[in-house]
Amino acid sequence: MGSRASTLLREEEIEEIKKETGFSHSQITRLYSRFTSLDKGENGTLSREDFQRIPELAINPLGDRIINAFFPEGEDQVNFKGFMRTLAHFRPIEDNEKNKNLPASEPLNSRTNKLLFAFRLYDLDRDNKISRDELLQVLEKVDVEQKMSIRFLH
Amino acid sequence: MEDFWAGVLWALRIWLYLIISLIMIPAMFGFSLGISETYMTILVKTLEWATLSIQKANAEEEKVNASASNGLIQREGGSMEKELEELRRSRPKPPEGGDFTLSDCFYFSRRGIESIVDDEVTQRFTSEELVSWNLLTRTNNDFQYISLKLTLVYGLGIFVRYCILAPLRITLACIGLTWLVIGTSAVGFLPNSRVKFWLSEWVHVMCYRICARGLSATIHYHNRENKPKKGGICVANHTSPIDIVILCNDGCYAMVGQVHGGLMGILQRAMVRSCPHVWFERSEMKDRHLVTKRLKDHVNDKTKLPILIFPEGTCINNTSVMMFKKGSFEIGATIYPVAIKYDPKFGDAFWNSSKYSMVSYLLRMMTSWALVCNVWYLPAMHQQEGEDAVHFANRVKSAIAHQGGLIDLQWDGGLKRAKVKDTFKEQQQKKYSSMVVGDDSSGNSD
Repeated sequence: MGSRASTLLREEEIEEIKKETGFSHSQITRLYSRFTSLDKGENGTLSREDFQRIPELAINPLGDRIINAFFPEGEDQVNFKGFMRTLAHFRPIEDNEKNKNLPASEPLNSRTNKLLFAFRLYDLDRDNKISRDELLQVLEKVDVEQKMSIRFLH
Repeated sequence: MEDFWAGVLWALRIWLYLIISLIMIPAMFGFSLGISETYMTILVKTLEWATLSIQKANAEEEKVNASASNGLIQREGGSMEKELEELRRSRPKPPEGGDFTLSDCFYFSRRGIESIVDDEVTQRFTSEELVSWNLLTRTNNDFQYISLKLTLVYGLGIFVRYCILAPLRITLACIGLTWLVIGTSAVGFLPNSRVKFWLSEWVHVMCYRICARGLSATIHYHNRENKPKKGGICVANHTSPIDIVILCNDGCYAMVGQVHGGLMGILQRAMVRSCPHVWFERSEMKDRHLVTKRLKDHVNDKTKLPILIFPEGTCINNTSVMMFKKGSFEIGATIYPVAIKYDPKFGDAFWNSSKYSMVSYLLRMMTSWALVCNVWYLPAMHQQEGEDAVHFANRVKSAIAHQGGLIDLQWDGGLKRAKVKDTFKEQQQKKYSSMVVGDDSSGNSD
């Protein structure tokens, strides 16, 4: 179980994911262990069935929509990079990141991106039909940073 | 050329004599020459030294944090009601009590992602992650090169385990199983009498002892005054088929199970000749009434041995106890709960049947360091007045989990292969919809 997992993930890939998502090295390797344990077909990607095998997710009323959020438009498989990209939305916003001069593109776990994730849960056909300005105004008063973050252990 | 074969034959003879005299005979009669104890002491010291070296090397890298907490995330323990109320607190409360906000989805999406990263159930069907490496290749999870000494010990360990211990253990296991078949068949020829009964018990225990030596098993039995008695049902948590060897080293039980073909079938037919076991045909297992009746008949016959049942129905990885099937708790017999806990440092006892066949599993067991486990006999439990079988089963399960230091889960072990029932999903939906619609005391909210 997971004994060869870290050797299949190359150092360059770990560095890329680190830059893109902000997870630490050990968090990435442990999440890769989790990824491979969910991947029953052992082909390096997850399908919708792999997610539905998790009982707690299967009984979640929004379970199907959350699973959809992992899969890009029209695709049925998600690789580890895509998996991490979606999980990165739930990384807590660290204090030192708030004040830093951010790089050109916004980090995945910014307030806006967290709201975008929640927005997409409602926008089932992904055509942005719901007026985004109105929706964001409604959610402005809510504590987005805390409610849409998970404490990942090191 | 002939000299070579003569030499090999001679070496094999010496090897067999050594095994029989030093291991088999003491095992048969239940005393020990102290060889295994010495091996275990050396092993424990080696593993402790290895743990210390790894910890020292990792101290600078702050990996100590990882070993303290085995989880990936830290969960907030809030209920649905509490969390949703917090999310809605910025809005004025509507008079009817029910409410919907777009931000409700935050709670569900967070719980959903949390369960994707780390959930309670799927981790029970794979081997437990070790806190510290135990010098086996199979548990090598992202551990880098520490020191030359450690690598040498690791290499020596591989040689000892594969070239010395494994052949020894395989020989013992084969002898044990063959002797079981021959012995029980021989006893089966005797007429029913107390002598036959005593002999049958002796043959069974003896063969299981040889098999236990074949796995280098060190078993600690606790509270032996609570041992299961005739006419009762013994229930235990299930980790692998080896549980049977562990329990039968200390007493005789009647087994319950499906009739198999091949090697298992030979074993089953031999065992049933000397004392009654309960073997079902595949078709009979579907008929619950037939199963209950046969078990009841066996239990009511006070001369028959206690039945051994694993109510989880499948192998779990020894970190938790999953839902007990209520079938065995409806019979009305005395239940003797037993908790079995393996020490994962010396070898992983869990049988992941989707990953390993029985043969490769047994080979893995024979190339581990050893098998160390604790068995606790718990006091007998009876079904109380007005208590239904499910509640009784949960009570027994909690007692076993508490004694063995395992987590008590309500989930069904059958989730290993099957999907979760829709009723559980509907429960969650109902709960949320009652928060949206509000507490309707007239009961129209369905």
